Amino acid sequence: MNLSRRDTLALGLGAVALTIMPYRANAAADDLIAAFTGGAEVTDGGVTLTAPEIAENGNTVPIEVSADGAEAIMVLALGNPTPPVATFKFGPLAGAQAASTRIRLAGTQDVVAIAKMSDGSFKRASSTVKVTIGGCGG
Amino acid sequence: MTLKPITAAIAVLAGTSTLAFADESAKLVVNGEIEMVTQTEAPEHAENLSEIYSGWVFRTDETQALQMDDFDNPGMVFVDLGMDQWNAVEGSEGKSCASCHEDVETSMKGVRAVYPKWNETAGEVRTLAHQINDCRENQMGADKWKYDGGDMANMEALISVQSRGMPVNVAIDGPVQAAWEAGKEMYYTRFGQLELSCANCHEENYGNMIRADHLSQGQINGFPVYRLKNAKLNTSHARFKGCIRDTRAETFKPGSPEFVALELYVASRGNGLSVEGPSVRN
Amino acid sequence: MADGVKPRVKVPKTAAAGEAIQIKTLISHQMESGQRKDKEGNVIPRSIINRFTCDFNGQNVIDVTLEPAISTNPYIEFAATVPEAGEFKFTWYDDDGSVYEDAKAIAIG
Repeated sequence: MNLSRRDTLALGLGAVALTIMPYRANAAADDLIAAFTGGAEVTDGGVTLTAPEIAENGNTVPIEVSADGAEAIMVLALGNPTPPVATFKFGPLAGAQAASTRIRLAGTQDVVAIAKMSDGSFKRASSTVKVTIGGCGG
Repeated sequence: MTLKPITAAIAVLAGTSTLAFADESAKLVVNGEIEMVTQTEAPEHAENLSEIYSGWVFRTDETQALQMDDFDNPGMVFVDLGMDQWNAVEGSEGKSCASCHEDVETSMKGVRAVYPKWNETAGEVRTLAHQINDCRENQMGADKWKYDGGDMANMEALISVQSRGMPVNVAIDGPVQAAWEAGKEMYYTRFGQLELSCANCHEENYGNMIRADHLSQGQINGFPVYRLKNAKLNTSHARFKGCIRDTRAETFKPGSPEFVALELYVASRGNGLSVEGPSVRN
Repeated sequence: MADGVKPRVKVPKTAAAGEAIQIKTLISHQMESGQRKDKEGNVIPRSIINRFTCDFNGQNVIDVTLEPAISTNPYIEFAATVPEAGEFKFTWYDDDGSVYEDAKAIAIG
């Protein structure tokens, strides 16, 4: 098969390369969540995690977490070498139980936010972020 | 297996380079005040382009947003560091930039927009970095900065901010013409094992994807640029060096006559776009 | 104290009493994750900002634990309630023991 450089570039057009992290349950993350909740039940909803569907670059991914009435929100990246990302504890003068930051994601994976509510319950939200391999030079 | 039909089909699409994925109607206004021109009619000397677009246009919504507020833009902390350098006394003469140039906002206004340019006394085309090092060496008696190092990038960012929103306007005739022609030739020269020229990607295929990257026109109005990929400021020569290395060629040195010529030519292709530096890109 | 570590904070100059305002903070810091290796193949040790706090007139607004997954030049944006005029204190804690600080005053008006 004789591929000229033009052909190679043409084949490359439209091909989206994804790095996909193992899509299995992450044991380390489960331990961290259990430590945060003390083993209490975690239900869906009540916390919002905003993250891009496709990250422009995995090195700097903007995210936002928000949970009305939360004391703290813990963020985990299930596919990273180590899952912990950040824990936000809201003090008495917090204007809202929300925060934004920028994170590193090693590859396509689920990002999870666990909120500890002031009534002692725990809430969960999750978002799949696609992390792509860039163009020239990656 | 013959790829000719596929290549032909894609070549047709590529020939009509469309801005797939880019939101052409998105406007860049920084701090609610500085209106940037990110799209305008191509200058005459960029014969193969009808419209020119800033690299900002090709990025995702999230990345575009990072440049709209000076406290969202991670590049701006390096402008602050540049300001510290502006005021720092260094070298045998006991001077800082401020000693001669005083207030950066006044003395450097509009400067970035016209560089690279001819320096009559030196008898050569100078880039901003060359001029900065010339001042450091001959006026301050200080060590030169690494051409594409952090200190230089910070200072370039500080000086670029003073031209933000102003149209890029580099001269291409007169004493700079020879360098401009050399830069133009380099732009259309295929380099490396992959035999790619700047034009192959940035003129013939802007708007298309190269793997998962949305190819831009390779304009440099946004330099120095904070790249999300390496989370720091990058200078134009560092980027040229990387691009040519990526064609699997022996690349050139930042500050070399080749890159000075290329910077002049590439800057001129963006005449009319607003200076955005420091910008945010992927 | 590490070289070139500089905070950059946006706080509005004034607020109405009791208003919630948006605060944007950034600090230039490499955030060496401990995952990278040098040219000889040795692991470059972790060295990050591991905690960020914001207090207003002695009361806590937010207390953030940062892990290596926070990007270089950590950015944290959050909301604060302004009960009265006063001063916001921002503190970043480095793995190496350094502490970086910044402060911004706010008036009621």
